[in-house]
Amino acid sequence: MNQQITGAEALMRSLEHQGVTTLFGYPGGSIMPTFDALYHHKDTLNHILVRHEQGATHAAQGFARVSGEVGVCLVTSGPGATNTLTGIADAMIDSTPIVVISGQTPTSMLGTDAFQEVDLVSVTQPITKWSYQIRSAKDVALAVARAFFLAKNGRPGPVVLDFTKNAQTEMVDYEPMTVDFVRSYDTNPDPKEGALEAAAALINQAERPLVLVGQGVELGDAQTELKSLVEKADLPCGCTLLGLSALPTEHPLNMGMLGMHGNLAPNVKTNECDVLIAVGMRFDDRVTGNTATYAKQAKVIHLDIDPSEFNKNIAVDVPVLGNCKRTLKALTELVNEAKHTTWIESFAEYDKVEQARVIEPEIHPTSGPLNMGEVVRAVSEATNNEAILVTDVGQNQMMAARYFNYSKNRSIVTSGGLGTMGFGMPAAIGATFGRPDRTVCVFMGDGGFQMNIQELGTIMEQQAPVKMILMNNNYLGNVRQWQAMFFGRRYSFTPMMNPDYMQIASAYNIPARRVAEREELQDAIREMLATDGPFILEACVIEEGNVMPMTPPGGTVDKMMLEC
Amino acid sequence: MKTLYTLIVHSENIAGLLNQVTAVFTRRQINIESLNVSASSIKGIHKYTITAWCTEDEIKKVVKQIERKVDVLQANYFTDAEIYQHEIALYKLATPGFQANPVASKIIRRHAARVVEVNPTFCIVEKNGMSEEITSLYEELQQFGIVLQFVRSGRVAISTSCFERLNEYLAFREEKYNKEKKDEKYD
Repeated sequence: MNQQITGAEALMRSLEHQGVTTLFGYPGGSIMPTFDALYHHKDTLNHILVRHEQGATHAAQGFARVSGEVGVCLVTSGPGATNTLTGIADAMIDSTPIVVISGQTPTSMLGTDAFQEVDLVSVTQPITKWSYQIRSAKDVALAVARAFFLAKNGRPGPVVLDFTKNAQTEMVDYEPMTVDFVRSYDTNPDPKEGALEAAAALINQAERPLVLVGQGVELGDAQTELKSLVEKADLPCGCTLLGLSALPTEHPLNMGMLGMHGNLAPNVKTNECDVLIAVGMRFDDRVTGNTATYAKQAKVIHLDIDPSEFNKNIAVDVPVLGNCKRTLKALTELVNEAKHTTWIESFAEYDKVEQARVIEPEIHPTSGPLNMGEVVRAVSEATNNEAILVTDVGQNQMMAARYFNYSKNRSIVTSGGLGTMGFGMPAAIGATFGRPDRTVCVFMGDGGFQMNIQELGTIMEQQAPVKMILMNNNYLGNVRQWQAMFFGRRYSFTPMMNPDYMQIASAYNIPARRVAEREELQDAIREMLATDGPFILEACVIEEGNVMPMTPPGGTVDKMMLEC
Repeated sequence: MKTLYTLIVHSENIAGLLNQVTAVFTRRQINIESLNVSASSIKGIHKYTITAWCTEDEIKKVVKQIERKVDVLQANYFTDAEIYQHEIALYKLATPGFQANPVASKIIRRHAARVVEVNPTFCIVEKNGMSEEITSLYEELQQFGIVLQFVRSGRVAISTSCFERLNEYLAFREEKYNKEKKDEKYD
């Protein structure tokens, strides 16, 4: 018989059995036995001590998004657990596989309002794929195996394990467990009979096809399969915010970004195409604008692994259920080689308009303060368009998404669905651990930078090579832009008094440089990228810069505003 | 157009799942008319029978979002024409009023209800049947002003289709798993 071990030790071995090498966490009362067990596993489990549990969840998200592995958090009960909620909700809406393990009061004290007790399972049920309380050490192996299986298979998402203190200290016979089947949940569903044939028939008849590329392509690791399909049938593509790096920016069929602040051509063409092929995307309202006027003329084909996405926001003519790695491959075999030259060329006239009226003035201004887009494009080019882009939320996010160029898969980490300010810095930390071989650049505004600013401590301690670009405009810029456009320029609580970020950087011993002059920008970026380890580049950008073009909320995708 | 739909959900018997199922209705702002949860005929599987007024478009989305929960095996919706359904109701009547109105006992017999308890203060009448029958018995008794209390269960329902969807689903899942295992072996 094996020697008995504690539940906490069983957790360590279960994590190792799942192939976990990195976790992000913060200790506290109810998780102490587990942290004690972790002390003896420091060689195999690299624990990154964050400065706030929200930071742990975003770091785990960043880790997961760039590596394709499950991100893991380890936190205590009560406030430790509730601090993870924003990250869990963010992971749910953006389909990011993370497992959050939190301490919990002993089973005997559950329901007594014990110190740092919160009913985490109930609280997290609506924002997780699965939320489970481990009440006994003998549950550990199965719960962990099931948690990892559910987090990463099918449509990925967050899982919570609420680990009672008695389960951490009880002794148990441990056997490693693997879950590869949950009878109530099909992780690899099949398309309905005839669906692929129907989709292929529509594509083969199409004169003006348009593909919408979503994050599902990256999650399904189907970038090659997507390219094969669109190249064979000559299908122009627009990418969602989270799908931007699923197809290289420079690919001739990539027509740019969809959505509220996306590119003009793919948005306008959405309402001109005859067949719309949505791949691993969910018709978010930031993509569709007013659904009553969205792509009404088109037959809609929707490829998704989650059947609840079909007809949720947009009526679908041909739903194709399944992992898009499989369905795209099958579809490629069924479609004919085709050319849609005239249709594809028709995108160019909108591209030209946007280039002349929006893009050129934004990235190549000749006078005035620095522009946000100018800073983003300069950083992107200086990394040879090969870096991982992480963004915070707001104008910095839209500018970064628009003006960064992507040449590699899994190169954009941003909070799309939830729009979480404060996401950027911790997510970038996670990304440096997920892909230590790649450069990680995070763009933040002065608002978001301060919303998880404590993670500078984590960066300092880990010497995480995060290249932080703070685009400081002394405003909560996105809200200010809306106030300017829709609220009569009443700047209600959007101007911000800022600290001296250079002093903050120096307090954390992080190399930093402030740049306000156009002539200095290139050199500052060069210095940032040449510096080993972390760097803060503060770009003093135009105070009242606006992100354009724009489909106002509830507006129609083919009526984007180019100026405001 | 709003219709009274009956939803039948089968799930693993896991604590907290009821919350997850009802939360889908809450989020979509649909009121649950009745709800019945019990063990199903298959060991370890629970059955939920839920009725709600909504449009077909709404119920379709609700069903898919319930089915999306990882521990839910299956969710299906039915109109009244597609199921056989029953409810049970108990009526507590004031004995003096009941005795003073001989028509009342005729009504009870006509409705095929039965008296299960009588004492000088009250008597209890039990009826099972369709929703409308239960309501109509209540209304008929109430015209004498003798109903002290009236309770009704949620609906229990069984589909009238020849397909046993859940058994088929479970068999399909096992078969698919075994096939995938086999394919993996040969890969």
